Amino acid sequence: MRDALTFTDLSKTFAVAKGLLGRAKSQVHAVQPLSMSVEHGETLGIVGESGCGKSTLARMLVGLLPPSTGVIEIDGHPLDPSDRAAFGKKIQYVFQDPISSLNPRKTVRQIMEAPLIHLHGLNSAERAKRIREIFAAVNLREEFLDRYPHEFSGGQAQRIGIARALAADARILILDEPVSALDVSVQAQVLNLLSDLKQQLGLTYLFISHDLAVVEAVSDRVAVLYFGSVVEVGPAEQVFAAPRHPYTKLLANSAPVVGRPLAQPEMRETELPDPLNPPPGCAFCGRCPRRIARCDTERPPLLTQSDGVSIACHNPL
Amino acid sequence: MALSPLNQRRWRNFCRNRRAYWSLIVFSVLFTLSLFAEFIANDKPILVSYRGELHMPVFNFYPETAFGGDFETEAVYRDPEVQCLIVSGGIEDCFDDPEGILEEIDAGTYAAEGFDKGWAIWPLIPYSFNTSVDRPGAAPLPPNAQNLLGTDDAKRDVLARVIYGFRLSIIFTLIVTTATSLIGIFAGAIQGYFGGWLDLIMQRIIEIWSGTPSLYVIIIMFAILGRSFWLLVFLMIAFGWMALVSVVRAEFLRARNLEYVRAAKALGVGNMTIMFRHMLPNAMVATLTFLPFIVTGTIASLASLDFLGFGLPSSAPSLGELTLQAKQNLQAPWLAFTAFFTFAIMLSLLVFIFEGVRDAFDPRKTFS
Repeated sequence: MRDALTFTDLSKTFAVAKGLLGRAKSQVHAVQPLSMSVEHGETLGIVGESGCGKSTLARMLVGLLPPSTGVIEIDGHPLDPSDRAAFGKKIQYVFQDPISSLNPRKTVRQIMEAPLIHLHGLNSAERAKRIREIFAAVNLREEFLDRYPHEFSGGQAQRIGIARALAADARILILDEPVSALDVSVQAQVLNLLSDLKQQLGLTYLFISHDLAVVEAVSDRVAVLYFGSVVEVGPAEQVFAAPRHPYTKLLANSAPVVGRPLAQPEMRETELPDPLNPPPGCAFCGRCPRRIARCDTERPPLLTQSDGVSIACHNPL
Repeated sequence: MALSPLNQRRWRNFCRNRRAYWSLIVFSVLFTLSLFAEFIANDKPILVSYRGELHMPVFNFYPETAFGGDFETEAVYRDPEVQCLIVSGGIEDCFDDPEGILEEIDAGTYAAEGFDKGWAIWPLIPYSFNTSVDRPGAAPLPPNAQNLLGTDDAKRDVLARVIYGFRLSIIFTLIVTTATSLIGIFAGAIQGYFGGWLDLIMQRIIEIWSGTPSLYVIIIMFAILGRSFWLLVFLMIAFGWMALVSVVRAEFLRARNLEYVRAAKALGVGNMTIMFRHMLPNAMVATLTFLPFIVTGTIASLASLDFLGFGLPSSAPSLGELTLQAKQNLQAPWLAFTAFFTFAIMLSLLVFIFEGVRDAFDPRKTFS
């Protein structure tokens, strides 16, 4: 069986400080060439701190940003980056801020109808039927359909956002921090809904978050992103139970845990390297407690270990 | 036409603003009346019965010979001889003593061979905007029962000119505002949505274009092509469309990175649909805020061009020209008062209406 989603050498480069005739003076590598695949029915968690390229990756995967290099394949078929509608039928996006992802001037019914009209060209009776099915699936009442987005709580709005993504009938959902804007109690509700939907509909998720607890709870596999490249990939339990990469360990230690006093996990500068002037070696070496001489000069490749975890580190834990 | 629930809510909000609501009603009544100005102020009767046949001089051309007169030219209905011919059914004696015969017919004592009593229904104001009033004295003449607002310095009835001038101003403004808004919104939307080079180039074009002194261009074009209503409309649109561009562009630049726009893109909605169905409704409040300024500005610029003498042809009924006459004839204050109150009432009504429209479109008020 082919993988649900595969991307090969996917990268994104932004030009900054354009010169006079549009010639780029320098470039920011938001996402270094990445290759990964997600199986059918799997949830791949992607974690990393702000600015590490999580959202850029997600936007490339749904076709909002054209990738600089690389190919995205769904079920083994490469996607044409210029054909948004083809993208939309296969892969959909759930946004971080549920309220602002819904047009304030449109009723929920109009919002729900957009994918049905534009991607599937259904007539109004079919649309009404489909919306009823989806609303039943996400536990929303039908009387919500004629209200405006600002009348909903964050959890309800996020369920509408999920319902819209489902209406496109895509089998792969990119969840870009879907619960980080919600209350903790509502988070659980939305996460449970997501896992129910996944079982009922056989969906594949790419779950992007900086909240390790949430990622650990929902993911089958986890990829840790740092400075636009993957530093560690592996089954969720293994990655969190025994981090190999120093950065994963740092992330795990810096997450606040109830009952434990907040500790400052690192003493030195905690800034990301300058993206305009990236270090020649390992991007993490400036912050790494286990740094060795090689780290300054040579970029560590992503190597798969015997137990299925891949890490990019010269001196793993 | 069924209103969508959102528009129904907007309409209710608009009606709740009493000042805007009544302004709209008063303005609609005035404008509708002015659309029928030919039936209110005209130097031709609305309906004429001549020898049992009905004629409508407002719509049709009738030579004087049709009423038993001598000339092939259009009948001068205000002339006592023509009036006498109509009422008497074409009695030859009308050429000698029209007033005497009219009096006798009124008294019911007239009797002659071939007499066939006719009648004519006149508009409320028996003068058109270019009719010379037949009144002794030096123009401008003060108001009296015959000319409720007096006459201007060419002995034309001021009230008739105000009615026609109001209609002309409003129609001119409607055309210019509609066209400039449509062009401006479209240009601004494209710039803001696509950004980049397109935005950069169009902004520079707009900067250069808005630096062109429009008044001089209008004067020069009028000198070359002659004054006309449609040329002025064209020039006002050509120099007015930039007004909304910056507002709409800014709104689109802001909105294009919002997540609901991203969501629409991810759902495969086309660029034009996103621009005009998803983003424009959100940019409408900012756009509507500017509309009253465009409307009043257009009226004011038409009036100022007329005031300067570079506007519409001089025979046209123009409020700006009335203002110019008021300035030249300070001894005739009815001209100045008429011009002032006409402008004040017209502009206030429009501003009040648009204020209400803007508030009705404001989502924070719409949804409260």
